[in-house]
Amino acid sequence: MNRTLRVRRPWRLAAEATALTVAAVVAFPLYWMVLSALKPAGEVQSTDARPWTLSPSLDSFRRVFEQQDFGRYFLNSLLVAGAVVLASALIAFLAATAVTRFRFRFRTTLLVMFLVAQMVPIEALTIPLFFLMRDLGQLNTLGSLILPHLAFSLPFAIWMLRGFVRAVPEALEEAAYLDGASRSRFLWQILFPLVFPGLVATSVFSFISTWNDFLFAKSFIISDTSQSTLPMALLVFFKPDENDWGGIMAASTVMTVPVLVFFVLVQRRLVSGLGGAVKD
Amino acid sequence: MTRDATGPAPAPAPPRRSHGGRTPWLYLAPALAVLGALLVYPVYQLGLISFLEYTQAQVSGGEPTSFQGLGNYRALFRDPQFWQVLLATVLFAAACVIATLAVGCALAVLLTRVRAVPRLALMLAALGAWATPAVTGSTVWVFLFDPDSGPVNKLFGLGDFSWTYGRYSAFALVLFEVVWCSFPFVMVTVYAGVRAIPSEVLEAAALDGASTWRTWRSVTAPMLRPILVVVTIQSIIWDFKVFTQIYVMTNGGGIAGQNLVLNVYAYQKAFASSEYSLGSAIGVVMLLILLAVTLVYLRLLRRQGEEL
Repeated sequence: MNRTLRVRRPWRLAAEATALTVAAVVAFPLYWMVLSALKPAGEVQSTDARPWTLSPSLDSFRRVFEQQDFGRYFLNSLLVAGAVVLASALIAFLAATAVTRFRFRFRTTLLVMFLVAQMVPIEALTIPLFFLMRDLGQLNTLGSLILPHLAFSLPFAIWMLRGFVRAVPEALEEAAYLDGASRSRFLWQILFPLVFPGLVATSVFSFISTWNDFLFAKSFIISDTSQSTLPMALLVFFKPDENDWGGIMAASTVMTVPVLVFFVLVQRRLVSGLGGAVKD
Repeated sequence: MTRDATGPAPAPAPPRRSHGGRTPWLYLAPALAVLGALLVYPVYQLGLISFLEYTQAQVSGGEPTSFQGLGNYRALFRDPQFWQVLLATVLFAAACVIATLAVGCALAVLLTRVRAVPRLALMLAALGAWATPAVTGSTVWVFLFDPDSGPVNKLFGLGDFSWTYGRYSAFALVLFEVVWCSFPFVMVTVYAGVRAIPSEVLEAAALDGASTWRTWRSVTAPMLRPILVVVTIQSIIWDFKVFTQIYVMTNGGGIAGQNLVLNVYAYQKAFASSEYSLGSAIGVVMLLILLAVTLVYLRLLRRQGEEL
């Protein structure tokens, strides 16, 4: 039965008007970002801000990409986020399988530890991680961004994937073994494809937290800026006298669009994944 | 999570599981290696540094490190600014959590009341806000509220009112951005939870003549409780750790540090003034607070009968 039918008509129309208004308000910052990126320089800084432009221009984007190494920063960001997403998906899949499909000593202890690990404030660890990365010779390399983010994505990824692995019936596993499948064959050819939607949902979180990273890039990439990532590129347009808002908005747009695309692509899986993770 | 609200469910037979000997540890090895090296060891180091004298001189090797005992903590607890920052952090996080939950839950309920098109519009807008990186979200919101060329002051006739100048208006501006980018998680999760409630249960309630409010209180809310616990705890943890928004929007903690929260305070102490041990001590305080939140969370999970 369609649950929306039970609401009486005037109320439903009011609810729909509210929903559309809220949607417009929520979308407005992104609209304003893209619009300002497309406005010619003078119009962006204008005190008479208008919600449209009659003469869109790509000048701000051109300025962003002409700025030293912006394309490089973009690539670095993609590399770091991509490496973290792939590695954490694989490692978390194995770990989630271990804690759901096997009974062993310290299993519950480990699960509690994974939960507690999620709460460790990443920012508080900047200081010891800085010295660790220095000792490992990773300062000013992409490794200093990949490694910590991998560690921070894992506990949540394991915790979230657990529900998906658990949802695969045990009978399937027994049947596979009866048919003579080896353990690793079951793991990669049966379990992995079944859990894949969960991996996608998990990856969204790893991707976002890594792509968002500002603190580590700021703290660990100090002298070799060619190893820096997008958030740092953005800050170039903040100037003490007058911020280059057109440039900031264009760089912001370039930084936001890949995440938006990624989100739209996995949107269905994300919503069902959240439902699965919290209500398995 | 078990749906214990629907009454006594037949206890499921415990799944048979293989012991697997060494196999589970083999599967766990990569995760444990990464977490041990990059999470557990740094936490230990954080604690250690907080008991040492560790400033630029020690880092560069010019002077030997010396053990301070609780000296750093004593210095920290005597510093009135620390208490002020701690209070600001707690109040700011509480305000963010309450606002995020209120907006997220209200909109989740709204989503169940509308047809497909408005629902899709709201969903897409929320996904957009959710997907926006914290840095770009922060810069866009600062620009929206810019006294010279932002549309908000124009729209509300605020003239050249500078949001980042005053302490409370700056915190409010950051709060708007935090709520904007974190309500979608709450909305989508709670909405998924509401949809997961079998419609027969709601129909039965309607047939029994239960009012909307009664249905919500006696049927929907108990079934949503596990989800509400998850989103509340997640929000507390996220909002307590806000760094990027404060750093970018208030330019490193506001005028004269008026908008500092613990995270930014620790960062400034460590990396701007090279007082690594004080920064670490602040980090330990944060860690302990979040650990307390986690323990409460674990107890709630246990009480709900979550099988670990």
